[in-house]
Amino acid sequence: MFYLNVFLGELYKIIFLLLPVLVSVALIVWLDRRVWAFVQKRKGPNVVGPFGLFQTLADALKYIFKEIIIPASANKIIFILAPIITLTLALIAWAVIPFSEEMVLADINVGILYLFAVSSLSVYGIIMGGWASNSKYPFLGAIRSAAQMVSYEVSIGIIIINVLLCVGSLNLNKIVLAQSEIWFIFPLFPMFVIFFISALAETNRPPFDLPEAESELVAGYQTEYSGMMYAMFWLGEYANILLLCSLGSILFLGGWLSPINIYPINLLPGAFWMIFKIISLFVLFSLVKAIVPRYRFDQLMRLGWKIFLPLSLTWLILTASFLFFLDMLPKVN
Amino acid sequence: MKFNRIIKTIFMADFISGLVIATKNIFKTKKTINYPFEKGKISPRVRGEHALRRYPNGEERCIACKLCEAVCPAQAITIESEIRSDGSRKTTRYDIDMLKCIYCGLCEESCPVEAIVQGPNFEFATETREELYYNKQKLLDNGDKWEASLAENLKADAPFN
Repeated sequence: MFYLNVFLGELYKIIFLLLPVLVSVALIVWLDRRVWAFVQKRKGPNVVGPFGLFQTLADALKYIFKEIIIPASANKIIFILAPIITLTLALIAWAVIPFSEEMVLADINVGILYLFAVSSLSVYGIIMGGWASNSKYPFLGAIRSAAQMVSYEVSIGIIIINVLLCVGSLNLNKIVLAQSEIWFIFPLFPMFVIFFISALAETNRPPFDLPEAESELVAGYQTEYSGMMYAMFWLGEYANILLLCSLGSILFLGGWLSPINIYPINLLPGAFWMIFKIISLFVLFSLVKAIVPRYRFDQLMRLGWKIFLPLSLTWLILTASFLFFLDMLPKVN
Repeated sequence: MKFNRIIKTIFMADFISGLVIATKNIFKTKKTINYPFEKGKISPRVRGEHALRRYPNGEERCIACKLCEAVCPAQAITIESEIRSDGSRKTTRYDIDMLKCIYCGLCEESCPVEAIVQGPNFEFATETREELYYNKQKLLDNGDKWEASLAENLKADAPFN
């Protein structure tokens, strides 16, 4: 009975985390399309519901009722498993994201490591989807995606180490609290820029959306998918984007801390600031989508390996020596 | 690379100016028209759905000269006529196959009495093919329905004929 109670208690917490995440994914797709349209002087979706807010729900409904087509030569099990894995991995990562000091599902000590591990795994969903489709475009798209995600994860990892050097803990709440004096975006601004660009590449967003470059690869690894399975890829993709936005705001923008600590403003709950920062970062994501042309694949690889990796490594050494010689290294207890 | 170029690349000058332009564009008026609710301006010459017009006293204008039937490049028009009891020649049948029609406007141009005209209505999609085989009654009804804008358009275009 005791275990059942624990289980139900956790289940209730998980549902209360996942439902808002899924709903906000739907809203964020709408926001993305809206911002994109506004930059191009269009109106974007504005018919379904107020300001077109329910457009994504209508799209999801459409996907649910569409037929799922599985190619005859596809590897059925892996083909079906791929979107499930993508979506699951995109969602389980949310367990460690703190929305305020208490509003976190699992306040584990290696939170950032967990996040990093899960986001590294998400490349499997794409590779499996591309391989199991047994068709050339998905295969090429999957290979590209794998190469891209692996290369940019390296620089993201080193940027995270930069931040961790300043914090001295892998716990996400402690990373946020370490920024109560100054957000890490100020001392580590170049790292924030590189993190942002790597996050674009990591989530296959334009200008790095090579895995699904329409002009070359139709729809990349999603080519053979239809109906709900396609929608799951799509949900997973946007959940991942939101996840990286929240990671960015935790690492650099002070997470749930309020920007200024004066009376009426610091009464707002931490979750408000967290969500506000996530949305601001996401708007930047969609603005970039609207203004930057797609990179060529070799340019992408050059940027990742020849520029970002040396730059972040150099900055890591700079940060480390700065902290060491000024005796500002965080105390490990 | 030139020094300037390198500095620009490092500080992402192009990216930032692009971002500024994008942000400015967000607040500009949108070009999109909310189509079913608001419509764009159309020229008085627009060649839309056909209509047969009447004289103000209710008499049909068409004199069954069959010029439109002859000129129609898609041969979409079929006309049959007879002499009415008062001695005037009138159509007994005036069919337009709207599926064959290519909306070239030659029928309107050839008509000596401005009977067959193409009105400003372009939203006459139907669910079946049969509904698009227009007969005389349908065309006359169209003429009655759209007479106001038809007359206005003809007037606006008159100086150029």
